[in-house]
Order: sequence, then C-alpha cells, then structure tokens
Amino acid sequence: MGMTLVEKILADHSGRREVRAGDIVSARVDMILANDVTAPLSIQEFRKMGATRVFDPQAIAMVPSHFAPSPNIQAATQIQAMREFVREQGLPYFFEIGRMGIEHVLLPEEGLVVPGDVVIGADSHTCTNGALGAFATGMGSTDIAAAMALGETWLRVPETLRIIYYGAMKPWVTPKDLILYTIGKIGVAGALYQALEYTGETVRSISMEGRFTMANMAIEAGAKTGIFEADEVTLAWEQGRARRPPRVYRSDPDAHYAGTVEIDVRQVEPQVAFPHLPENTRPVSEAAALDLRIDQAFIGSCTNGRIEDLRLAARVLRGRKVHPDVRLIVIPASQRVYRQALAEGLLDIFVEAGGAVSTPTCGPCLGAHMGVLARGERAISTSNRNFRGRMGHRDSEVYLASPAVVAASAVLGRIASPEELGLDEEAFLETVGVKAS
Amino acid sequence: MEQPAPVPAQALPRRIRGRAWVVGDHVDTDVIIPARYLTTSDPVELARHVLEDLDPTLKSRIQPGDILVAGENFGCGSSREHAPIALKAAGIACVVARSFARIFYRNAVNVGLPVVQCKQGVPVASEQVIVVDFEAGTITDEATGAVYPAEPLPAVMREILEAGGLVPYVARRLEEQRRHAAASA
Repeated sequence: MGMTLVEKILADHSGRREVRAGDIVSARVDMILANDVTAPLSIQEFRKMGATRVFDPQAIAMVPSHFAPSPNIQAATQIQAMREFVREQGLPYFFEIGRMGIEHVLLPEEGLVVPGDVVIGADSHTCTNGALGAFATGMGSTDIAAAMALGETWLRVPETLRIIYYGAMKPWVTPKDLILYTIGKIGVAGALYQALEYTGETVRSISMEGRFTMANMAIEAGAKTGIFEADEVTLAWEQGRARRPPRVYRSDPDAHYAGTVEIDVRQVEPQVAFPHLPENTRPVSEAAALDLRIDQAFIGSCTNGRIEDLRLAARVLRGRKVHPDVRLIVIPASQRVYRQALAEGLLDIFVEAGGAVSTPTCGPCLGAHMGVLARGERAISTSNRNFRGRMGHRDSEVYLASPAVVAASAVLGRIASPEELGLDEEAFLETVGVKAS
Repeated sequence: MEQPAPVPAQALPRRIRGRAWVVGDHVDTDVIIPARYLTTSDPVELARHVLEDLDPTLKSRIQPGDILVAGENFGCGSSREHAPIALKAAGIACVVARSFARIFYRNAVNVGLPVVQCKQGVPVASEQVIVVDFEAGTITDEATGAVYPAEPLPAVMREILEAGGLVPYVARRLEEQRRHAAASA
C-alpha cells in the first residue's frame, strides 16, 4: 500500500522507509518558530531543561508579531527577552519591527520554509506553511523548547482527510470562501488529529497566496496540518526565495485516506462565518439579508494580509468611502507586502477611502491591540477565528469573510457582498490578473 | 553513577477525586485564557483570569483539586501553553473530555496537567464528585456509581507525564547525551 504525502515526509524525517498513520515517530525538524507570546515561555523552559545551546541557530526563527510594536511595558519586556536570547544564541532569523511580518507570511516569503520540510512552531497557524508541500504544525512553548534543544520532536503520524475541489470559482469567490465553506461542511472538529490534503483540479489554478489562506485555516477544522502537493506554481514561487533545495513529495495513488470530501466549487458563494465558531458559515447573500450593522472592518492577518488580498480589497474600495459608522483597519501582513502595496498605490486607496493603515502586526486578530472591540460591538474580519472575546470584549461579535466581502461591508456599513456595490465579474477578474473574455 | 535530577519530578497521581465543573463543546484557548493577558507567563497571574470569557463567575468557584468535564474538541484554537498553565495554577487537577484539540492535549501533558479522554462522555452535573483512576482506566460518578472508560495515553505521553512533564523528560535526555559525550571523549 502506498503512502500519503504527509506519511512520506514524516518517514524521510524519521529515517524510516515507511510510516503509517498512528505510528509515533521522532522526526528531525527543518525549521522551528516562535513569536513574542510563546517564545519567552519557550526560552524559560529551554533553560529549565538544562540546555545551553540550541541544536542549530539556522533552524530557528523568532518573530515579534503579536504584541508588536509593543503596546505596553509587559509586552515590551517579552520582546526584550526574545532579543536577549537571540543575541546569546546567535540566531540569524530574528525579524525586528520595521523589517518583520506575521510569522506565517514572513517565513515562506523569506524562503525559510521549503517544500518537503518539517516545520514546527509555537503558534497554531504554523499549518499555513503546508501550502508549500511541507509538514507544518503548531505546538506549545515547551515542545518548541525541547525541539530547540534536541533538533527533533515526537509526532503521531496523522491520518489524512482528502478534500477534492473541482469546478471553477464564481466571481467574488476566493480561496478564503473555499476554506470557510469546507470548515462549514466538516465542522471545527471535522479533521481532529488528522491532516487535511487539499487536492483536485481547482487547487492547481489557485495562487500561492490563496493556498496559504487555505492551509492557514486547517487548524480551524481541528487538523494537525493542511497540505498541498508542491507543483509548478509552488516551484515558480520558490524561485529566488528558497534557501534550501525543495523536495517534492506526492501522495501515492493507492495511499490510504481516512476519508474524502468532494466540493463542487461552482456551487460555492462567498461565505460569512457567524459568531462564535468558524463552522457557522452562511452564504453572503443570506448574511446580507439580515442587515447586520458593523462597527469595525479588519483586513489583514496571517490568513488574508497578503498582496492579492489587498489588491482585492482595494478594487472594492477604489473611489468609494468607508461608511461613517465604521472603522476600517488594514494591516499588510509583512513589510514586503506593505512596500508592494505602497508601490501599487493600494495603501493610498485605503487611506483615501477613510481607512487606517498600520505597520505589520497580528494586533486586532487576537484582540491584542490596534483595534480591540468594546462590549456589544460587531466586526467583520478577514482573520481566522471568531471565538467569543477573540477580538476584544466577551460580548463583542466577529464575523469572518474574504477581503472582498469585508471591504464591501466597510463601505455599506453592514455585512454585504461586492455585487451590492455594482461590482461585476470584470472588476473581479481585473484584480486577480485575468482579463474577462 | 550519580543520577542527575536538574528538575524535581512530580509523580503522576494514580487516582484523582474531585468536584466536577461541566463545560460544553469546543471550549477554545481564547476563552480559557484571553490573549489580552498573554503579556505574561506567570501562572498565578494567568490563573486569575482563567475561563473568564466562558463564564466570569467560574474562576471564583473553582477549588484546588476540582476536575473540568468537557465535551468535544476541548482546547481548540491557539497553541498558547498559557491555557493548561492557567488551568493548573487555578487548581484544576484534571480535565476529562470527549475529545481534545491536539495542541492542547500535548501542552497539558507537557506541563503536567493530567488529561483524560472519554469518547462517550461523562454525564455528570457541576459540583458532583467524580473519581479518575489512571491505573484502572476508569472515571466513576461517585453519586450513582456509574463507571466510564478512560482512553489510555500513548506510551510516549505517559512517559512524559510520569517524568513530571516534558522539561524533566528532556533534561534527563540532555544529561544522558552529556554523559555519553563525556564517556566517549
């Protein structure tokens, strides 16, 4: 019997010819990451373990992204602890404010994760890196401390749930809508302890940006990772970035899957996930009919803070104004995305529309800073979680959607689709770089 | 040869008897400990805010030795280890759930918070007393005497929990590496 993509990567990283779902392996790790919330605890536990040197300074990335730039003294002290450790251990991959980005956008951009890698991070959205055909999964601080000391981690080889997407996306439907739709279908525990493998003809035409968005939210279905087979899109994207040679793995035709879910993409409308779980999805037309007034619209995060997301939002906002009752907050997810958006005139469009634009940070997504919600407030967001209290007060509400839907909602002051603004298929295709025929 | 013990290990209790607090499905780590408190890793400070976005009254009612009884997917969401740390520091002796989110499950074992999966669920009400017996693999409702099966932990996790958490476990491994290196030098 053949192996899945995930089984092959884990076999190669544990020195075995073959592994099967359920096996416990000790896997060599290629990249370890931690952020300003999780690194200080990792560093503390690393010292308690009696460790003095990290196993390989080149295999560790530390990114101050959550409470950064520091909103208060406690947060500043956490990043200070990171900087001290980085200096002490001589870690080359620390990204300072003004040169940084949200970790899961930054690391792939910098070529620090390549196809075939095993990546672990003290951040649940580490699964984003699976878009590259890497095995990438989130862990806690102590597991990361152990891996920094030992260079390996124990893993239970997960079963794989295969999602097959077929058919073309309708106008204004984005990869964010596909993943929200998928989570709505399988549920927030639909892939618990499993890997999600995204396959099918539709995914082959999805850009790397879109694949990152989809892999990012695998954890929102309970999955250990979300993975795409590396293909020509992946390898083209790695050109000039990859710092190590990519290794392309493919699932065998006779690999064993825990299950297969088929999704006819032609039937998928833009989606909105209602509070307080990402599985509470409804088509935007249904949400729009409810006249849900919003106080805040957020475009950014490791899910949707990439250049294509900003292009899409800017296309909707171009020549329009944010509704008087709404705060629009736009946060490019990395310095590279920020500069690209600046060069393309996108930031100007956001500011001209009456939006606030910030330096890269996770900030509002986790209710840390830069747009925390008050009691009773309602936000629509391109981020990945709408748990109770996620973006602020426990009695605030978060609705999740694509950058296009969030931008349209910001203009109309209520949850709405871009089509309500008279934006047609041609306007959509223009932003994704395809001319209407 | 001298046995090094850089971190004192606490043995896994064989049996935990405590008052239950029943919570629902998909209790996420954002409600276990909201991100606004994550500018510290101090267990005492974290415990002060435990579960407050789920039920603001719960933290004042939890007594040391109590047991959390949850539904599906307990601990979903963020990888923050602050979640099991806060629960443990608040006095929660054990979490019983129909299923756990995997990062939380791993974190709990790593910090030495016992976690027990019972797929069929344990139908008790809050403040009823239950007994988790790790050796027998059972969870008992003391009032009715009803017994529910506890899923065994994978061997590697049991070793980590028995070592008192991942820190002493890795400390031991690092010490072995050092001794090995010294012996072969």
